[in-house]
Amino acid sequence: MKSIVEQNTLALSGNEAVAYAAKQSDVDVVAAYPITPQTIIVERFSEYVANGEVETAFICTESEHSAMTACLTAALTGARTFTASASAGLALMHEMLFVTSGCRAPVVMAIANRALSAPLNIHGDQSDSMAQRDSGWIQLYVENAQEVYDTIIQAFRVAENHEVLLPAMVCLDGFILSHSLENVNVLPDDVVRKFVGIRQFPNVLTHEGKMAPLKLDPENPMTMGPVAFPNYYFEVKRQQEEAMKNALKIIPQVHDEYAKISGRSYGDGLLEPYSLEDAEVAIVCLGSTAGTVKTVVDELRDEGAKAGLLRIRTFRPLPVNGIRKALEDVKVVAVMDKCMSFGGYGGPVFHEIRHILYEAGKHPTVVNYVYGLGGRDTSPQQIRKIYKDMQKILREKRVKNPVQYLGLRE
Amino acid sequence: MESEWKFTAKDIAEKPDLFMSGHKACAGCAPATVLRLIMKATRGPTIVTTATGCMEVVSSLYPQTAWAVPWVHTAFENAAANASGIDAALKILKKKGRVKHEHVDVIALAGDGGTYDIGIQALSGAVERGHDFLFVLYDNEAYMNTGIQRSGGTPVGAATTTSPAGTVLPGKLEPKKPIADIMVAHEMPYVATASPYYWRDLITKVRKGLEVEGPAFLHVFAPCPRGWRSDPAKSIELSRLAVETCIFPLWEAVNGEYQLSPPSKVYALAPQKKKPVKEYLQMQGRFRHLFTPKFEKLLDEIQRITDLKWQKLLKKCGMA
Repeated sequence: MKSIVEQNTLALSGNEAVAYAAKQSDVDVVAAYPITPQTIIVERFSEYVANGEVETAFICTESEHSAMTACLTAALTGARTFTASASAGLALMHEMLFVTSGCRAPVVMAIANRALSAPLNIHGDQSDSMAQRDSGWIQLYVENAQEVYDTIIQAFRVAENHEVLLPAMVCLDGFILSHSLENVNVLPDDVVRKFVGIRQFPNVLTHEGKMAPLKLDPENPMTMGPVAFPNYYFEVKRQQEEAMKNALKIIPQVHDEYAKISGRSYGDGLLEPYSLEDAEVAIVCLGSTAGTVKTVVDELRDEGAKAGLLRIRTFRPLPVNGIRKALEDVKVVAVMDKCMSFGGYGGPVFHEIRHILYEAGKHPTVVNYVYGLGGRDTSPQQIRKIYKDMQKILREKRVKNPVQYLGLRE
Repeated sequence: MESEWKFTAKDIAEKPDLFMSGHKACAGCAPATVLRLIMKATRGPTIVTTATGCMEVVSSLYPQTAWAVPWVHTAFENAAANASGIDAALKILKKKGRVKHEHVDVIALAGDGGTYDIGIQALSGAVERGHDFLFVLYDNEAYMNTGIQRSGGTPVGAATTTSPAGTVLPGKLEPKKPIADIMVAHEMPYVATASPYYWRDLITKVRKGLEVEGPAFLHVFAPCPRGWRSDPAKSIELSRLAVETCIFPLWEAVNGEYQLSPPSKVYALAPQKKKPVKEYLQMQGRFRHLFTPKFEKLLDEIQRITDLKWQKLLKKCGMA
């Protein structure tokens, strides 16, 4: 795709790319608390504030719980709102994540994915955001610093869309992406500003019987975050699910519109298939690991193997039909989970993929590899081993152990 | 610090209720009276946020609301963080021309659980950051919404469901946390205590808290007949006795300078008028066990602690 807007190339780490995108997105309020490996995001943003490069109220809160709370109420007051967190910080926000999605506040949050204690570990895995997958937030997982820049900008448009009105997490692998310097093409400020626009509000019926913009406004009093007992609660939750379904439509729309301006696209915005058309064996993964997998797939293709990859960019809402269609003709699928679901049958991504393929016309064999916990490195050789294992399954038509650990000392 | 606002009882009676009738509070609920009085003191556009608790539950049961102002509840421990977000958003949106009101007051309400205990971190943080809001603690001295469990605001000797009076223990062993003094220690511009019996004093203090630039904290005494096992008709009388016994003295600290409020000043100037704490305690079932031979010594101890704290306060007010 040909870029239609001239762009500068900057050397940015993933975290810096996040901060830069937020800076350009006319964010009104940032409320955040520092935690490794997210700190550089809020440090950079603080510099923008200190230098008058943004018109943003920056609240340096005393905890992540208060950070998410302040983002929530700022968003309800009408502000475009952004924050960033990771690991223990995200876990501390857990309660407020549900309140934020339940209040339909379109907060955008970057997560520099990091392992959860104990033992304490600051390095990257996806246990933190996976533990929040049922919190009612949109979850987008990116492959590199360029994509995180592009996705943060898109996330505001998706979250604030009136058919969606849900908070959105943009997840970048801790250290691998958050701290690695890459060339990032950035759009001019005015182009981003035009793309995100000024936040608009849907009109709703108030208790005074008036139609008014959905925000805390003395002009049109509204009661937000009320008590709803068994006679109403269920319908509220069902509406959130409807909003998630709408997001499946809006994410690709926003992605495509952005692609026309930037010249960059990531599959359809939901899924990115790579060499998948005629693939017999395929890996499914999220995040930066896809970069390594692509390299290995290219090598395998050169060697004549029918190897492919399906990268899930949008994990919530899960593009069920897209995943089924993409994988039903593959013979063996290996799902990579950078997270454990203790006592379950494999990792959370494995659960989803196997579950979706149960309803497919053909039933590919689906196996699981748990990998990279606590930031353990995952090499191209290890990825190669996964493909080798799949080819063996294909030959022998049997699976010895569907759930395995990659790169584990046993 | 004096407010320029002068009002008569008629003004207050005629001002429409912003905390409206029809809410679901119990008979004799002093916190509901407190909220009604607070909202009588507003001076213009106002947004209210409430921590989880009795007053949140009774006022916002969907699809009804008791709030005539924009109102939001999000969780239990974060009323001050709610206010932080609202304050920051209002200021920046005003700057960007996206909010038309010149100024909007922000009031955060929380009970003793949402202030002394689970809410203190968010409160301390918001005050340190200097957000412009009034935090009102309505103190009914236990977790009433969940069934009368003890909090850091429960007084010594009170029986609650998690500090019951048994054969060995006389109810709660520990005294109340000095929450208002803790807030004064934050070097915030305005801290005060109030009681709904002295409604004029209460309304004036709410207004002062709103007028001050930056954070203000108001600690309001608020009897709960259900939790205190007291006569629902006596909540306002208890609110008076708490001041008359100096169990809950009324004062304000403007920029850290303590000053007794008129209703309490009486007892500094004429100590013989001070009533014994027994008069206050005996009206409440939660202290019933203190009037049995086994625990009656604690009555003297409560009197001693009350006198000691009163003397300390007089010293801070330069009236010792």
